[in-house]
Amino acid sequence: MKTKLQNNVAITVIRVIAALVVLILAFLLGDILISGIPHISWHFLTAASQSFTSGGGIGVQLFNSIYLLILTLIISFPISLGAGIFLSEYAPKNIFTATVRMAIEVLSSLPSVVVGLFGFLLFVVQMDMGFSILSGAIALTFFNLPLLTRNIEESLRAVPDLQREAGLSLGLSKWKTVTKIILPEALPGIVTGVVLGAGRVFGEAAALIYTAGQSATNINFGNWNPFNSTSPLNLMRPAETLAVHIWKINSEGVMPDAAAVSAGSSAVLIIAVLIFNFSARVIGNQLYRKLTATK
Amino acid sequence: MIVKQWVINGGELSENSFGSLPSFGGEVILMDPIKDKIQSTSRETRQDIIGKVLSYSCISLIVIVVLSIFAFVATKGLATFVVNKASLGDFLFGTNWNPSATDKAGNPLLGALPMITGSFGVTIIAVIFAAPFAIGTALYMTEVASKRGEKLLQSVIELLVGIPSVVYGFIGLSVVVPFVRTHFGGSGYGILSGAFVLFVMVLPTVTSMTVDSLRAVPRYYKEASLALGATKWQTIYKVLLRSATSGILTAIIFGMARAFGEALAVQMVIGNASIMPKSLLAPASTLTSVLTMGIGNTVMGTVGNNALWSLALMLLLMSLVFNIIVRFIGRKGRM
Repeated sequence: MKTKLQNNVAITVIRVIAALVVLILAFLLGDILISGIPHISWHFLTAASQSFTSGGGIGVQLFNSIYLLILTLIISFPISLGAGIFLSEYAPKNIFTATVRMAIEVLSSLPSVVVGLFGFLLFVVQMDMGFSILSGAIALTFFNLPLLTRNIEESLRAVPDLQREAGLSLGLSKWKTVTKIILPEALPGIVTGVVLGAGRVFGEAAALIYTAGQSATNINFGNWNPFNSTSPLNLMRPAETLAVHIWKINSEGVMPDAAAVSAGSSAVLIIAVLIFNFSARVIGNQLYRKLTATK
Repeated sequence: MIVKQWVINGGELSENSFGSLPSFGGEVILMDPIKDKIQSTSRETRQDIIGKVLSYSCISLIVIVVLSIFAFVATKGLATFVVNKASLGDFLFGTNWNPSATDKAGNPLLGALPMITGSFGVTIIAVIFAAPFAIGTALYMTEVASKRGEKLLQSVIELLVGIPSVVYGFIGLSVVVPFVRTHFGGSGYGILSGAFVLFVMVLPTVTSMTVDSLRAVPRYYKEASLALGATKWQTIYKVLLRSATSGILTAIIFGMARAFGEALAVQMVIGNASIMPKSLLAPASTLTSVLTMGIGNTVMGTVGNNALWSLALMLLLMSLVFNIIVRFIGRKGRM
């Protein structure tokens, strides 16, 4: 009877722990959304931010976050695609591959603040690019590369070898086999990984404080010439993102409605992350359905 | 000399025209086009070479990035000891952090022990809290839950990973700090608040890795144990947890690595006082928090700035140490 009781107690404890974890998330989401959503309005989402007075919005920061995310994906996707193809298709079993794998593992476990500081040292200081969107995008690329590479490698590996053999036996080169047969089949997994990674990049702040900077310069949304310094597309302007904005107004801000603005911004960030998570799954499933014969 | 040569042309045999062949001294020297075709690189080979070059250069780029991160941070971080002649012992064990001031002997005050203590303090407390929760949740997902419960927990874990660290920091500021202030005393800013925030942040990492290692335990272990009449808990405790130990340890180390390197969320709630923390409730600082606050306020090349880079180097080395521990555990687990 004693073991039976022990069993029941232990299983109950496990259930309680799991319930607590669900409650923690429910509390977090509830807290952010309930305190933040009332502050979200069209004005809040589009207006420029204020430093000393209340009533500021997050328009510029929101645009910067999205722009930086797109740039980061443009830079990091091709590189990690090549690296993922190498690891899953070409990698010989030798010391070079072992080193590469270790390097990727180390890069993925580096604190993002260190990655940001490296970006600061190399791009902002040494190359004299200043706090700029480009420096930020490259720093975020370093941060995104290992995860994306690993995701692409795993998606490619999940494709059965039969497909590779079929391609090669038709006389296709290995490269064509990979790009025309293996890659399309792995696409749903890759897209899911890219979108999930995008969610991470969107919320990252530590790597950006000293690369993309902490100031949102005035930008003119009527001017789309990338070489003009007030253009939203200019690569060399400093750009405070939404996540950096939340950090900044909480740690050194003097604006009177800092709590309200950060609650609203946090809610926007969380909603964005929820959308990324949700769409990752939906897009992945859709693609899978479209590319395979599954109903 | 007349040689006829037949080549396959679009599937049909046809006579080859020799119009463009080279001739020496009036004699036609024939080159076999088939031989030529076999010996030269084909289109497929060229494609393959391009593919190899592309994928090798991408992967090399990543390796170069990692190497240069280490090279840059190490050069900067070692400058404190090489250029500014600070002693490593004072840096690691000194408790007085005030880079702009000097002691009687004229050495800058670069005792980083308060930050090191802070970093290890929040990390260890967070992981002590998180480990039982993570293992419990993982056991629930793999052993207790129905398919639906498992899916629910899976989404919960994914969402917890997805919440940005500044949002954790903001919740820490608006919820955890007041909570600690009213229930434990002090200002609310301190190691305890930092550990609470980190607890939630490392929970999903540790949980999902623990789930993986529990799933990797062969099914027949469990079946054998249940067939012997063991209860579910006995099976979990005596069989599952034991054969998954190395995986769970790896998960915990990864959680520690994440906690150790987390910057903004901790910086927002820890109080940022670079003095030796007297209690868990007193304002303190971590390696990352001093870095985020300090780099912008110091001038490149000064002692204060170099000292911050030494802290960054330390962070880098610690993440390397965590990696090595994981590898070591992995090797032991395999035996």
